[in-house]
Amino acid sequence: MKPLLKRFGFLIAAIAAVAAITLFDASLGFKAVNIAGFSLKEMLLVLPPVFVLMGLLDVWVPKEIMIRYMGEGSGVKGIALAILLGSAAAGPLYGAFPVAAVFMRKEVKFTNILIFIGAWSTTKIPMFVFEMSALGTAFAVTRLLVDIPGIIIIAYALAALIPKEEIKALYKNAENL
Amino acid sequence: MENLILYGVTLLLLVLSFLKDGGKTKNALKKAWKSFYNILPEFLGVIMLVGLLLAVLNPDVISRIIGAESGWLGVVLSAIVGAVTLIPGFVAFPTAAMLLKNGAGYMQIGAFVSTLMMVGVITAPVEIKYFGKRLTVLRNTFAFLFSFLVAYIIGKAVGGA
Repeated sequence: MKPLLKRFGFLIAAIAAVAAITLFDASLGFKAVNIAGFSLKEMLLVLPPVFVLMGLLDVWVPKEIMIRYMGEGSGVKGIALAILLGSAAAGPLYGAFPVAAVFMRKEVKFTNILIFIGAWSTTKIPMFVFEMSALGTAFAVTRLLVDIPGIIIIAYALAALIPKEEIKALYKNAENL
Repeated sequence: MENLILYGVTLLLLVLSFLKDGGKTKNALKKAWKSFYNILPEFLGVIMLVGLLLAVLNPDVISRIIGAESGWLGVVLSAIVGAVTLIPGFVAFPTAAMLLKNGAGYMQIGAFVSTLMMVGVITAPVEIKYFGKRLTVLRNTFAFLFSFLVAYIIGKAVGGA
């Protein structure tokens, strides 16, 4: 177990910030707490199934299969799968990080994990339908067409910039997350 | 609706898993709980910050920032607003549509929507836990810069500017 301060330091700082604002401007502070409550509800709604699915994936899908489809040497197939899996996801981007940790444990190729994160962040299918109806087909389709190559290019650029040892350390760290 | 499907699929798989192997299923749930427990303080902290930011940056303020004729400065500001806020899509898209109706340009809205989805300044503490500091900073920086390209192309293709 990590020391308490390290575990809760950020949370305490965030609460302190809201408390300070409340002292300074009560109505703004209450509004912030209200919105935080709303986000908490959303988070508690989305996260449990995401984590349970992750647990099931971890237990049932053998590493060899994940390596074959998305590991080193999975090529275009791996990229396509990463985009599809990310796009089919539900929930905000923070839900993608725990899934990425499971992918690391299953030795999924690093660029494919980054592509998955990119797809989750911006090409989600349910969101796309919603975006089309709110902002128009031209807007949504243009964004999608620019985003897909963009996600792939960013993934490869990141992988090239991060030293190999650091990536190895991240994979190792994922074992304990 | 989205959540209903998510819960339905999860429950179905959980039942199937349990029927096939109770021990493995228990193990899966244990792993799920452990991951959730590990990251929970970061999540709660992020949520407090989200509350704070959205209380300050309400749709009124946002529409003032990225109103009509705000030009490239407006694009930069929209990108920053999108990067620091975390708004669920079902709120963000109608808000963006409303801003468009109130005179915001397509380029500004393109930048806003793009950074909103790709860049997460307040979720960075969660991201750092999984990906480390360097990668988190680099990914968000790239996504931020990339959003200007997205904004430019959307402005050209959709706005015809």
